[in-house]
Amino acid sequence: MIEDTAAAAKTTEILEAEDNSGSIETDAVVIGAGPCGLFAVFELGLLDIKSHVIDILDRPGGQCAELYPEKPIYDVPALPIVTGQELTDRLMEQIKPFNPQFHFNERVDGLKREADGRFRLTTDAGTEFLAKVVVIAAGGGSFTPKRPPLNGIEEYEGKSVFYSVRKIETMRGKDIVIVGGGDSALDWTLNLAPVAKSLTLIHRRDEFRAAPHSVEKMRKLVEEESVRLLIGQVTALEGSNGQLSALDVKTASGSERIPCTAMLPFFGLTMKLGPVANWGLNLHENLILVDTERFETSEHGIFAIGDINWYPGKLKLILSGFHEGALMAQAAHKIVYPDKKLLFQYTTSSSSLQKKLGVK
Amino acid sequence: MTKITFIQPDGESQTVEAENGLTVMEAAKLNDIAGIEAECGGACACATCHVYVDEAWRDKTGKPADMEEDMLDFAFDVREGSRLCCQIKITDALDGLVVRVPAKQF
Repeated sequence: MIEDTAAAAKTTEILEAEDNSGSIETDAVVIGAGPCGLFAVFELGLLDIKSHVIDILDRPGGQCAELYPEKPIYDVPALPIVTGQELTDRLMEQIKPFNPQFHFNERVDGLKREADGRFRLTTDAGTEFLAKVVVIAAGGGSFTPKRPPLNGIEEYEGKSVFYSVRKIETMRGKDIVIVGGGDSALDWTLNLAPVAKSLTLIHRRDEFRAAPHSVEKMRKLVEEESVRLLIGQVTALEGSNGQLSALDVKTASGSERIPCTAMLPFFGLTMKLGPVANWGLNLHENLILVDTERFETSEHGIFAIGDINWYPGKLKLILSGFHEGALMAQAAHKIVYPDKKLLFQYTTSSSSLQKKLGVK
Repeated sequence: MTKITFIQPDGESQTVEAENGLTVMEAAKLNDIAGIEAECGGACACATCHVYVDEAWRDKTGKPADMEEDMLDFAFDVREGSRLCCQIKITDALDGLVVRVPAKQF
């Protein structure tokens, strides 16, 4: 919950001062490094607002990079055809003069207002930020591993069903089953085979999307009988109290029950609104409600742009997100520089803007 | 207009009329067919528009292309006749097409 804690300011101030030592202090935190988040850095930068950008993925681009890096986009103004990756690369080039600081592989979990009016953001990696404004450009939400729709799987998650492995040692001596045919599935097959009591790789077909050299290595382990490759699909889980004991697998010849004390399913990523839902912002059908003058949320100083926001007439288009970012920056300026008058300028003619862009 | 029938896991069926040139996924979304999520909007990037093409129609719809086959790895309970329906373009040849919606999308 975001609270305006002005009333409690006096007692918390001293504590805050001590807490801030480990925090990154910045003008703006942009949540999401998709096209709208990246362009927000540009619009904020033109107004001397410095940004830190946080994204759960390991690289910029958001959906453009994760879902359709090679697919052409035809409706970005002045670019008759551009791929998701090209658009991302160009935006990264465009915002370079503003030197944004990126924090990849991190998800913002906590967001609350401090006594001094700034926002404290905390990530799942333990990074803390203190920002004057927050721009939520989180698209469809955070990318999270897909949960196979197997009955009762929730009960096993974190205990014997894992979507990632932090320490290989924790997997030692287990009957491991890895499901999937991409790089994650194959990489973990190779990494965990040496510590597993048994390791079975289950995939629906005998063809793999993973890098060919990983597939080759996996096939060698299968030959050596340190890994079993089973072509089929998991249909049911067996176990109790969160501990798996076996899986039912449908194969071409019928079905098979295989022992399993740890299962790692890799079925790609999906988007979930995630922690954003817990920040006390007014929502409209899982989207963040904003006004169309400032693209500000129900909380002053927190803005939302791009696919994650909603207002009457909203279109989920990249170009709409760019427009929203430009107007958002104007409003953010009033918060970051309350005493400065903002003079509207064009990049074509303003020598001060050109200086910021490094072209003069 | 081309007729397409969607059959739900409980057997309920719904026949819609769709314009040629659209995809079967778009026809489903335009007619609020339950169970077709199409999270990625038709980019063949999510596997949430998975359907089973009725046996009689599989020759006409053809087999998935490589990219679609890869993406089917992300679908649940893939069978003979599994397709991502954002990759099936509607033509006169598909008039009367029958597809089954799976019990679960991912």
